[in-house]
Amino acid sequence: MSLAHRKDSLWIVQFVHRISGLLLVLFLPVHFYVLGLALNDAAELDQFLKWTDSPAVKFAEAGLVGLLGVHLFGGLRILALEFLPWSPRQKTYAATALALSFVASVAFLLRAF
Amino acid sequence: MSQSKELLQVSVRRGTEDESGLSTYEVPQQESQTILDVVTWIQRHREPSLSYRFACRVGMCGSCAMMVNGEPRWTCRTHVQKVLRDGRLRIEPLRNLPVIRDLVCDMTEFFDKWTRAKGVFEPTETRDDEFAAIKPSDPKRMQANAAIECINCAVCYAACDTVNLNRAYLGPAALNRAWTLANDDRDGAYYDRLAAVSESDGCMNCHSHQSCMTYCPNELNPTASIAGLKRLASLAYLKGKL
Ligand code: HEM
Ligand code: SF4
Ligand code: SF4
Ligand code: FES
Repeated sequence: MSLAHRKDSLWIVQFVHRISGLLLVLFLPVHFYVLGLALNDAAELDQFLKWTDSPAVKFAEAGLVGLLGVHLFGGLRILALEFLPWSPRQKTYAATALALSFVASVAFLLRAF
Repeated sequence: MSQSKELLQVSVRRGTEDESGLSTYEVPQQESQTILDVVTWIQRHREPSLSYRFACRVGMCGSCAMMVNGEPRWTCRTHVQKVLRDGRLRIEPLRNLPVIRDLVCDMTEFFDKWTRAKGVFEPTETRDDEFAAIKPSDPKRMQANAAIECINCAVCYAACDTVNLNRAYLGPAALNRAWTLANDDRDGAYYDRLAAVSESDGCMNCHSHQSCMTYCPNELNPTASIAGLKRLASLAYLKGKL
């Protein structure tokens, strides 16, 4: 079956939203596990935090923040599209959502170092 | 372009749902040629048994839609020049519908879904009553008008990935029709229709990726219509009417 219709930017934006949602499903359990360590196991948390000092991990974390941003701002875009009066500027909004998540991700990197 | 006699390489999917293959034909290129012209030329000059549908040839009847180079198009108003890729065309039956033969699809499920979505006007008055006075500037009328010019071509239905993954989904055209009626003050089936369109496989299944809107040849916006139904259905639910 042909995939020609999937080159439209609005289709790609929806695809990115789905992938980011699925990746969040994978990441969040780990996130909560680490938060749980803060309550239960201070020594292991310290070790984990030391591990997160390495630049590679910081970049990976910035990626996760970006991921959350993409899903959050993209999700707000979908909610606005569906629950507010129609606007013809959907591509602009999608680009704005992407830009905002990039800014969030870079801001995180600047603070992390 | 002048009357160049360059040849188009045209692959046409022939056969049935169960067994089909691409046959390739060389078709002389002409000025202002449409995809429907190409298909007709093939049938008249090369393949008399080629099955396809058309009626009006002017974008009114909605019967001539096909996949052209992988994208759904109304073929009578799609110029070859617009969709030609490297001198080639690939013409196939509409996506998401069962094929009867060659380029002809069985539209039954498409139209059954219009019925399922209560796409039929339910009058509240009779012919003996006065005309309903509805201003053209009425906001609801304007929303209905924006979605009313559907020619039932199923181009949007073929473009929709949600239909592709879930054949029970009502799809953009039927839901767009339901939206026009939901905005019709003369109609008496408002909550019945909202209930029908918000059942499983209804408007809430739409993922708003706007492929329907991108391809609708009449530049309608089923995505906006479906979003409107989602709003009305959510509101009706909150009011305890659904
Ligand atoms: C941060 C606030 C969030 C907002 C505003 C948001 C918004 C949305 C919206 C509007 C959709 C529907 C998209 C559609 O119709 O296809 C959606 C889908 C989804 N979300 Fe979120 N979401 C958020 C957080 C999350 C989180 C934390 C996760 C992971 C646990 C997540 C996972 C998913 C998944 C897997 C989908 C399905 C994607 C699809 O079917 O296309 N979301 N989200
Ligand atoms: S916006 Fe909804 S109806 Fe239109 S193509 Fe996407 S899923 Fe289908
Ligand atoms: S909404 Fe547009 S694409 Fe869909 S059937 Fe109607 S005219 Fe065709
Ligand atoms: S033949 Fe009627 S719309 Fe194309």
